[in-house]
Amino acid sequence: MKSSQFKDLTSALAPLMRDNVDTDQIIPARFLTATDKKGFGKRLFMDLRYEEDGKTPKPDFVLNQKKYKGAKILLAHENFGCGSSREHAPWAIIGAGFNAIIAISFADIFRNNSAKNGLLLVELPKKIIDMMHADVERNPKEKASINLEKQTCAWKGQAHIFAINPFVKKCLVEGLDDIGYTLSFANDIRAFEHRQ
Amino acid sequence: MRKTLYEKLWDAHVVREVKGEPTILYIDLHLIHEVTTPQAFTGLANRKLPVRRTDLTIATMDHSVPSANRKKLPWPDVMAQKQVEMLAENCKKYGITLYDLDSKHQGIVHVIGPELGLTQPGKTIVCGDSHTSTHGAFGALAFGIGTSEVEHVLATQCLLQNKTKTMAVTINGELKPGVYSKDIILRIIHELGIAGGIGYTFEYRGSAIRALSMEARMTICNMSIEAGARAGIIAPDQTTIDYLEKRVKFKNDNEKKKTIAKWLSWNTDEGAKFDKEIIIDADTIEPMVTWGTNPGMSVGITKNIPDGGSEDIKKALEYMGLKGGQMMRGQKIDYVFLGSCTNSRIEDLRIEASIIKGKKIASGVTAFVVPGSYEVKHKAEEEGLHKIFLDAGCEWREPGCSMCIGMNGDLVPSGKYCASTSNRNFIGRQGRGARTLLMSPAMAAVAAILGAVGDSRNYA
Repeated sequence: MKSSQFKDLTSALAPLMRDNVDTDQIIPARFLTATDKKGFGKRLFMDLRYEEDGKTPKPDFVLNQKKYKGAKILLAHENFGCGSSREHAPWAIIGAGFNAIIAISFADIFRNNSAKNGLLLVELPKKIIDMMHADVERNPKEKASINLEKQTCAWKGQAHIFAINPFVKKCLVEGLDDIGYTLSFANDIRAFEHRQ
Repeated sequence: MRKTLYEKLWDAHVVREVKGEPTILYIDLHLIHEVTTPQAFTGLANRKLPVRRTDLTIATMDHSVPSANRKKLPWPDVMAQKQVEMLAENCKKYGITLYDLDSKHQGIVHVIGPELGLTQPGKTIVCGDSHTSTHGAFGALAFGIGTSEVEHVLATQCLLQNKTKTMAVTINGELKPGVYSKDIILRIIHELGIAGGIGYTFEYRGSAIRALSMEARMTICNMSIEAGARAGIIAPDQTTIDYLEKRVKFKNDNEKKKTIAKWLSWNTDEGAKFDKEIIIDADTIEPMVTWGTNPGMSVGITKNIPDGGSEDIKKALEYMGLKGGQMMRGQKIDYVFLGSCTNSRIEDLRIEASIIKGKKIASGVTAFVVPGSYEVKHKAEEEGLHKIFLDAGCEWREPGCSMCIGMNGDLVPSGKYCASTSNRNFIGRQGRGARTLLMSPAMAAVAAILGAVGDSRNYA
């Protein structure tokens, strides 16, 4: 069983210039009673995106602005995805059409959950992220190009190298299924259980 | 080589470790609940795989269960009911022990694990919930996982993991009367910041930690994740043994002796190196209250909150409807929530009841007391604590996560302030527009009777 692969992409950015975007903001808890993985995209950033009636868009919010429509990359800031372990957060982000997030840093569990769903997290230094935010504000059409194999994020003619865990990279590039991977070592698991 | 407790726990659970690949780590206990499992069971069924170790998997329902009238069907939230039913079906199908709403053991997953004696030193424990770090209080390596990882553990009883760095969080000295473990952890998060622990496992050490009960230790480990840490652990000692002896069944005295000796061996070697250490003197810790929209935005009760500053601070103050530079003492509150996996155990209820006893909650205040489990609830009723709460005008509810996450309809209305013993004050966490003030059980009880934030030291 293959898992989701990441395909290299070139896209405009949807900027979310705030630190510590927690999973309650990404997908509020009241939507977590669903029993499948679909349908979370329309709930992404629900309370930031809509007024209390849940229908009227807040014009200031990035996802409601025409100029950022169609962006497949979210440009965030520091400690994105902190809080709960809900995998509904990456499901919502992917469901809303994003394939990658570029930020200064990500929370631990969110990072694991994203990798399992083919959502690429690109970490770059604050200096570069702040510059990108400023650039996007000036020109929303500016595009970033992410090449996972080379671990580069090209922005305004300059390729910024990002770090990624080699196994996560392998999974994202090849669509490697990690349950299948672990089960390929079933003998080791049995041996461990015997030693207990 | 001298090793930290984390390194010992890690090494003892390695199934396979090869350079350049994630380690396959064995999981001794998998706790599951209704919210983060449906998709995992669907995935397992699609793969036509069984649950590898049903004997190491324990289920309960806690996140979305109503805290009142829960036996009356249908629930107001039909989807929540369906999700809970799905958990019951899956547990039946795969042969997993489930503590459902009819069980005397039902409760918040992080309250019942220790209560049932399942949480033990030396174990690896996971759950699809970030507050799994709670179980670290027993010297277990415990952390939250996502739904894909839940599926992974169901299928393989293992996880693919990379080692974290280690941070010694040392609290020296002695807490002043009226200051509690919740104040310690809020202070730690305040000092480190909510991202300060990313990439680390904490080990809480020092005389102030040693002096704490198991329940107070759980409160600290519970909120490790709020500083961004993967896990938080405390080495077992006699306090741990005293707690477990009553809850774990031993075949005979010999087995008991051997098990206890093994439990006590889980500690950090003298002179072992941590990647980082922070030290706090307990007598500098005062009752803490959050003023902002994450658990690091807190202040000591005699201090002023920030006056302006970053954009984040301004946004937080605006959401919270607070004035920059004000004190939290005297801040009016509308709701009180005594509960959550952080603070819903019997000792928490005793502290709250001792403050509330013989008094009424302030007029206009709504106070929910939600015990962490039926065991806690029954014990409290045996001790007559429920009468104290009810006489004071509080609501005495059924066990679950309730108003901490607000998935079961227990919500704080928009714009209202809630003095809460829970763990997160994120925007909208307790309801859209709700304004959460995190604090200790004692501080929340004081707030209930004053109708405003007070100082728990005046009630110690």
